[in-house]
Amino acid sequence: MPILSIRNVSKLFGPNAAQSVKLLEQGYDKQKLAKEKQITVGVNQVNMDIEQGEIFVIMGLSGSGKSTLVRMFNRLIEPTAGQILVHDKDLMKMNAEQLREVRRKTISMVFQKFALFPHRSVLDNVEYGLEIQKVAKAKRREKAKQSLELVGLKGWEDKRPDELSGGMQQRVGLARALANDPEVLLMDEAFSALDPLIRRDMQDELLDLQEKMKKTIIFITHDLDEALRIGDRIALMRDGEVVQIGTPEEILIQPANGYVRRFVEDVDLSKVLTASHVMRRPETITRDRGPRVALELMRERGVSNLFVIDRGKRLLGAITAEDASRAAKEKLSIEDILIPDCPVSPPDRLIGEMFELSSTSPIPISVVDVENRLLGVVVRGSLLGAMAGEVENEGVNANVQQLDIG
Amino acid sequence: MYSNLISAELPKLPIAEWVDKAVDWMSMNLEGIFEGISTAIDKVVTSFTNIFTFPHPIVFIVILAVIAYFAGKWKLSLFTVLGFLLIWDLGYWDATMSTLALVLTSGLISIIIGIPIGIWCAKSRAASNIITPLLDFMQTMPAFVYLLPAVTFFSLGVVPGVIASIIFAIPPTIRLTNLGIQQVSGELVEAADAFGSTGAQKLFKVQLPLAMPTILAGINQTIMLSLSMVVIASMIGAQGIGVEVYRAVTQLHIGQGFEAGLAVVVLAIVLDRLSQNIFKPAQKRRNA
Repeated sequence: MPILSIRNVSKLFGPNAAQSVKLLEQGYDKQKLAKEKQITVGVNQVNMDIEQGEIFVIMGLSGSGKSTLVRMFNRLIEPTAGQILVHDKDLMKMNAEQLREVRRKTISMVFQKFALFPHRSVLDNVEYGLEIQKVAKAKRREKAKQSLELVGLKGWEDKRPDELSGGMQQRVGLARALANDPEVLLMDEAFSALDPLIRRDMQDELLDLQEKMKKTIIFITHDLDEALRIGDRIALMRDGEVVQIGTPEEILIQPANGYVRRFVEDVDLSKVLTASHVMRRPETITRDRGPRVALELMRERGVSNLFVIDRGKRLLGAITAEDASRAAKEKLSIEDILIPDCPVSPPDRLIGEMFELSSTSPIPISVVDVENRLLGVVVRGSLLGAMAGEVENEGVNANVQQLDIG
Repeated sequence: MYSNLISAELPKLPIAEWVDKAVDWMSMNLEGIFEGISTAIDKVVTSFTNIFTFPHPIVFIVILAVIAYFAGKWKLSLFTVLGFLLIWDLGYWDATMSTLALVLTSGLISIIIGIPIGIWCAKSRAASNIITPLLDFMQTMPAFVYLLPAVTFFSLGVVPGVIASIIFAIPPTIRLTNLGIQQVSGELVEAADAFGSTGAQKLFKVQLPLAMPTILAGINQTIMLSLSMVVIASMIGAQGIGVEVYRAVTQLHIGQGFEAGLAVVVLAIVLDRLSQNIFKPAQKRRNA
């Protein structure tokens, strides 16, 4: 069950927004609505399900409605229509008291410009969420200190926010959000105000933290690289509508329309795609077969190498066509001509890191899992093809099948 | 000529008669309320005066000097000592203490009433729409005009003086409280909301602390304005240094008027610097 479900949520600005929603839902044109009713559509009938423990990135250019959308998740902005279900309970039907409970216990927020309270020390800032819940002083101090330690700011408790650098201030913002021990973290362009190097560090740290904590993180960004780096799933927004929701790979490889394609066309695929995206089904043979069988197989499949595996699909090595024909003449077995130290790669290695390996070896790179089971094979051609944006979906599907078997 | 022309064609609106009637009605029917207010204010002013005149002037000057030292610098402290010694020497000690009591009473009441109204204005657009023009009215209507109803309701003496001072001096506190709260960055207010603050928690933990420098500037203005009402208040029988100034001016005693005026100036400078600085050390300490 999703932890947060967004159902047909819209936000309209202007006079009689509530009535105009119905027109919009009947398919009334947005331009017409603006002209005739002076209505601006901020968010247009958005649906999404956010699963427990994932990093869900909402990406879009400025003005796409992403910040408005995320503020409706805790009703900082009141939706004009729609349902927001937190653990299946509709946020829209809650009274002020219940809403405060959700904001205190379930959903915390990290802001673009940090929004730290300048009149409070770092520790007092982190304590804020617990303080307003009237948690006893000693207990909330302890929790706040733990939270600061988690983000690497131990020893900075008594400083004022303006004495800290931007990156550190945002760590305080993160610590403040974590101190409440929420289930969901809303991060609104949380790293956008930081310079690029610090931003990378913060992304890495967020991923590390996420490994430990397994929160549900909803991350807003306008930066595609950031979205691809940290997102488990990405929702791409345009003009208040969701254009596509999918994993980073799906967005890159199967863009839903021209807009998404244009959006992602400048992405450096070598830093996004991994071995598992470009690998093909390997041509294999078990070691108990003879060299003639191997030669016949190579001729049939039109390849010059075969990968030798045992019955558990574990990779033993590779053989070449030349060696196989020599073995056939000299009555050698496959094990005699086996090349055991052929190049291998784990499935999650970026293809950018595989070019060198690929160019120095005559044998294609085999992709193996941790137990040395052969998952697929990456030939030089498919590396180059992937860089040019051609990824065979068949290859990806094959990969999925292989993984299922594994 | 023009006025004749107008009166021939256009009946004059009887605003004066309406106001007179309203004032009559209020003094007839709300007498009890006015009496209660009058007694309370009188008590506050009297106690302040008693406190200020109880110690020997030297003792009082030393106390003030110590406060000035902690609030500001030794310079302010030195000025306070010399200034008040001068007032004592000129023989205006008791008058100055009465004036100080009047100013502090009207200042205190202005703060007690003004800050909540300012908060209300910041929270409610409707309140702000009604109160803002009212404040303009209070500040621009010549002060003499509301001396009369003040006398009608509270008779002669220090109380109508305090009331007139409050009416004249309260607007800056209300305006700057409102402004200070509105100036708190929207993102901080959003953060307070996002963590589930109640309205009161948001106000006391975020908005008011951040608005405090602006509010203090308003309070300083209020104290200064109520001091500037001292001479006017003396015309309706409020005791204090204003009486001396008023008497000297009406009797054309220029030298005496200057002396009494000097006492007002000393009091004004000390009150201004003190009220500007008295909260600042606390802030500086927090910032250090």
